[in-house]
Amino acid sequence: MADGAPERAWYEIVRDVLKQHKVSLVPYVPDNVLRPLIELIESDPFFTAFAVAREEEGLGIAAGAWMGGTRAILLMQTSGFATLANQLASLSVPFQIPTMMIVSERGTLGEFNIGQMLVARTMRPVLDCLAIEHHTVTRLDEVEFIFDRSITQAVATLGPVCFILSPLLTGGKVFAK
Amino acid sequence: MAPTPNQPLTRDQAKVMNRYDITKRMLTHLHHDEAVIGGIGYSNFDLWAASENPNGRRQQNFYMLGSMGLAVPIALGVALAQPQRRTIALEGDGSILMQLGCLGTVAARAQRNLIVVILDNGAYQITGGQKTLTEQGVDIVAVARAEGLAQSAWAADESAFEEMIDRALTEDGPWLIGCRIDNNKPVDTTERDPSRIRDQFMRGLGVKK
Repeated sequence: MADGAPERAWYEIVRDVLKQHKVSLVPYVPDNVLRPLIELIESDPFFTAFAVAREEEGLGIAAGAWMGGTRAILLMQTSGFATLANQLASLSVPFQIPTMMIVSERGTLGEFNIGQMLVARTMRPVLDCLAIEHHTVTRLDEVEFIFDRSITQAVATLGPVCFILSPLLTGGKVFAK
Repeated sequence: MAPTPNQPLTRDQAKVMNRYDITKRMLTHLHHDEAVIGGIGYSNFDLWAASENPNGRRQQNFYMLGSMGLAVPIALGVALAQPQRRTIALEGDGSILMQLGCLGTVAARAQRNLIVVILDNGAYQITGGQKTLTEQGVDIVAVARAEGLAQSAWAADESAFEEMIDRALTEDGPWLIGCRIDNNKPVDTTERDPSRIRDQFMRGLGVKK
């Protein structure tokens, strides 16, 4: 960042890196934490972004787009990721399709919903046992490096990648009385 | 698509056809390297079988080996990436029942180059023929219409199917064509080599040289 340039928010950095890497298709299942990113992307004509009924569907759309020559990234929250094990194991990984995913992390650091807390514990074991590259992004100054390098790696190695956005980065979702 | 005598409103009125036969018929109408996504199981086994020809197997086919229910989403992704190419999803009744929301997504996108063909035998044939919901009252064409896919109809018989495919290949979609099929075994089995399938498909679409 040049001296004097205003500091970008995490979602502005993510948007910029996606554009640099020509990741233009963004199917999502919405989440409050992802809202600023979704709004930014939907207001930018570079992107085609739309909500899907289910995360699996977004994964399929992203896979088809990749094979057709367009890069895509799927946005979802932690509980949504938990619906994807079969699709990652039977489509993305064996077919060598670099499925890119952003997950807003719930279930930790102040979670108030026990269901979210429990399902969150399945996420990293699923990623690990399928040997899928994943990074938990906690610091603003690491966002650009992690996204930039990992998208390059996903495309070069034809392997999926999952970016987990920690509440340390995003603020997360806090208990509302 | 308004119902005509050739395109009956209900599933009950459609002729029970053969999956290999109508897949073969469909392929004879493809002259512009249209992409075809074959859903899990027998839907893509007969696509594989019907695509064999003296010049080698058709390259613009993708054969799923799992990810049940994703033929339409994968086809939508291809259609979004290549708007000049027609893309066809060949999906079974059991599979589409798992992912009904995707028909609404296709309708909301108004994806003009996308054609969905539902092969409906009312059974989970590959697992022993247990009844699906379409054998118990669910009409996929009616579901599709209710999700916003106005151009959805059952194929009354083989010649009606060919007419509908021709129309879907020339006029703006999205389209959904329901085909009732029998419980005959598929003619062949798809070679289970996912990276090769993906690589061939991408070359067939001109994405890889």
